[in-house]
Amino acid sequence: MYGMLFSIRSFVNKMSPVDFRDGFLSFQTSKYKLHYYETATGLKIVMNTDLGVGNIRDILSQIYSTIFVELVVKNPLCSLNEPIQSELFRTKLDSFVRGLPFFSARAG
Amino acid sequence: EAMVVFSVYVVNKAGGLVYQHDNYSPRTDVEKTFSYPLDLVLKVYDERVVVSFGQRDGIKVGYAVLSVNGMDVNGRYMTDNRDVLEYLNTSFNYPLAIRFGRPRLTSNEKLMLASMFHSLFAIGSQLSPEPGSSGIEVLETDTFKLHCFQTLTGIKFIVLADPRQAGIDSLLRKIYEIYSDYALKNPFYSLEMPIRCDLFEQNLKVALEVAEKAGTIGTTS
Repeated sequence: MYGMLFSIRSFVNKMSPVDFRDGFLSFQTSKYKLHYYETATGLKIVMNTDLGVGNIRDILSQIYSTIFVELVVKNPLCSLNEPIQSELFRTKLDSFVRGLPFFSARAG
Repeated sequence: EAMVVFSVYVVNKAGGLVYQHDNYSPRTDVEKTFSYPLDLVLKVYDERVVVSFGQRDGIKVGYAVLSVNGMDVNGRYMTDNRDVLEYLNTSFNYPLAIRFGRPRLTSNEKLMLASMFHSLFAIGSQLSPEPGSSGIEVLETDTFKLHCFQTLTGIKFIVLADPRQAGIDSLLRKIYEIYSDYALKNPFYSLEMPIRCDLFEQNLKVALEVAEKAGTIGTTS
């Protein structure tokens, strides 16, 4: 996925007719929509949803500032370039996502 | 504010570009008169002379030198084959007028980008959390929205438009119709080859105008 996103970013940079501020936002296929948010430090947040979801850039930004920064960056035991092992991060993120207006328990 | 379709690309089964049409106005161009020495730091990147430092007066980092004293440059060389950077470093040539803007894509770059999108389209369907997904149908950025329609025979029609432009889906179907009427039914056209049919181009341009008008009406209400 990283290679795909990197290629899309480079593609968008070349194709854009005017200068952009945010760049690549999302793409969708017939079955899902991939939302993308990149921080100034190069951290990439990706969320896959179904097609009914609109622009969730502010939600991804919230995930970064209230969950990632609080529980991973500020955690002296978490090394930033390694996979996140923090259980607290996992549970906080899980409950946040479950609380999102467009989240619904999947049938079956 | 004019809402436009920026460009149309038609890609064959193998990912090769068979048709391309651009329609965007050069909104980011800035032309200014300069005296020696230049405040901007220029460097050669991708065979073009681009601004690498010294952003000012609407000229941003990444903008390329498009013309010098009204003469369009050809990559990093002027029309008389002199090196642009050398020319700009010679105080004798000043004062001169330079036009900067977002770099224009060369035909080669468009070919590469079309193939690149062809692959990205396929990976999009493989990354799907749900089975049976199509490839990328819409790709959204804050400055443009790319729409792609793949036919049953593997041809892709790609349209880049303003993110707020409506009616692109029907435009894509219309382009498919024009393709089958004026390219496929043309006995001199070979499948998968570059499209060089006048009637195809003419009808495509008419369809683009119709779509732009229809899209604008839809959103100003």
